Amino acid sequence: MGWFKRSKQNISPDSIKTDIPDGQWIKCNSCGEIIHIKQLELNHWVCLKCDYHFRIGSEEYIALLFDKGSFKEYDKKMKSGDPLEFTDTKKYNDRINATIKKTGLYDAVRTGIGKINDIKVSFACMDFKFIGGSMGSVVGEKIARAIDRAYEQKIPLIIISQSGGARMMEGAFSLMQMAKTSTRLARLDEAKIPYISIMTDPTTGGTTASYAMLGDFNLAEPKALIGFAGPRVIKQTIGKDLPEGFQKSEFVEEHGFIDFIVHRKELKQKLTKLIDLVS
Amino acid sequence: MANNILDFEKPIIELEKKIEEMRKYEDNLDINDEIKNLEEKVTKLKNSVYENLTRWQRVQLARHPERPYTLDYIYMMTDEFIELHGDRYYKDDKAIVGGFTKMDDEKVMIIGHQKGRDTKSNLYRNFGMPNPEGYRKALRLMKLAEKFNKPVITLLDTPGAFPGLEAEENGQAEAIARNLFEMARLQVPIIVVVIGEGASGGALGIGVGNTVMMLQNTWYSVISPESCSSILWRSWDYKEQAAEALKLTAPDLLEQGIIDKIIPEPIGGAHRDHKKIAAALKTELLAEIAVLKKMKPEKLVQHRLEKFGKMGIYNE
Repeated sequence: MGWFKRSKQNISPDSIKTDIPDGQWIKCNSCGEIIHIKQLELNHWVCLKCDYHFRIGSEEYIALLFDKGSFKEYDKKMKSGDPLEFTDTKKYNDRINATIKKTGLYDAVRTGIGKINDIKVSFACMDFKFIGGSMGSVVGEKIARAIDRAYEQKIPLIIISQSGGARMMEGAFSLMQMAKTSTRLARLDEAKIPYISIMTDPTTGGTTASYAMLGDFNLAEPKALIGFAGPRVIKQTIGKDLPEGFQKSEFVEEHGFIDFIVHRKELKQKLTKLIDLVS
Repeated sequence: MANNILDFEKPIIELEKKIEEMRKYEDNLDINDEIKNLEEKVTKLKNSVYENLTRWQRVQLARHPERPYTLDYIYMMTDEFIELHGDRYYKDDKAIVGGFTKMDDEKVMIIGHQKGRDTKSNLYRNFGMPNPEGYRKALRLMKLAEKFNKPVITLLDTPGAFPGLEAEENGQAEAIARNLFEMARLQVPIIVVVIGEGASGGALGIGVGNTVMMLQNTWYSVISPESCSSILWRSWDYKEQAAEALKLTAPDLLEQGIIDKIIPEPIGGAHRDHKKIAAALKTELLAEIAVLKKMKPEKLVQHRLEKFGKMGIYNE
């Protein structure tokens, strides 16, 4: 037995790196680089070393895309009505209230109208941090209204998706939001108004199988998980390991379902150009 | 039949067997009264069992392997069915079938999920779980119906869209989304009936209609009770609770305002009398077609937009 063998974890050399004050430094999920939060923000929440796109919320996307002070939010306080009085290990209502308290959001999407390089657009952006960005009645209704604002004011529509899929706790109501949003998009299409869908990590389930895949232009951030079924379910079904890069943006682009992948720092310019080319 | 008896059906079927046995000796023995007694007992038992089904029991009835499936309904309700195959891009998906046919004097397009009855046919039909090709075939057939101005009937019965590797590669999500989008603006009437399982996007992918109905013992929701249990309770053992929580039966959906009508099944379920349920379904479909045929194409489209636009419960 070596007398000098270190047995306690907390004094191993590796542990020093993670011992950073909370809220100041962030470790990159992809390459492990330690980055100061201010530096990361300046770089649009993209790793300076490996270009990993950190998951950000609607607030950050609005700051990133819209001309200063131009964004006006709608239906900010629309809240789920808990139609099934759903209870699993927790009451759905309690879950909603706790999540509102924790995130400051009322549901998993923020919608409004603003200007991107002086172009007026109707906008919706989902938030994964609100019950996995799941789509229930509120998300469906707010997206439907965002589509209607684009339709009525004849302005382009942009939706940023970030969602695990439909929200189980609202049962069939959640499912019908897929139909609600898609029927509205069909009307927008008839009016020849452009719709740009941007898929971020992750976009799966009923969200992908409705508005996220219905853009005139389907865009995605690099390396985002995009699919219908989740990778775990697929693995269980086929009983085999999934190939490297399966269901990532690059894979989905390769199979023909995404127009192009866009780096976050180029997003605003790309959107501006794209809208200009079709108007 | 013997292999496919659900737990709560057992006492009923045992009694029915007994009556059948006794009937054999009817001529020789004076047991008419006894038979009568037993028959009354069966009726009472049936009423008490089937009026008090739990949601999970209804899910089990919806999955009963002897229920009629899409092709059974087509053959029982219509004449001159011509099945059409293929999505014209890649493949013919056996989990969705469809074609033109004639129901009395009404020429219609019928499309539906198709399950198999035994291992071999289930493998052939992929257990009624479509791949993207299936949804694209369905859309192609709907467009044909539109071209020739025939109403579309879709019959929903799937445990879900297939969660496979190729399904993802070929755009399962896009195929379903495209169908919702195109069904929204189809210029002919669309009538949707859940005839068994209505599992999530896989069912809705052919389910955007002017009229949406459910047979009495079917379910329709965003997720199956088993998957819901595994995600929210982190175990497969809470499927009964999940079924209760999801409120996924026909009476639930009628109350939620998501479906328009429930079509009653023969007592014991559709599997106990195929002809009777097919006749009931046919009557309802013909009545709906008569109503919807009077609506102009723009009105049909607007009707669907408003119908689904109303669904959802929220507080402002």
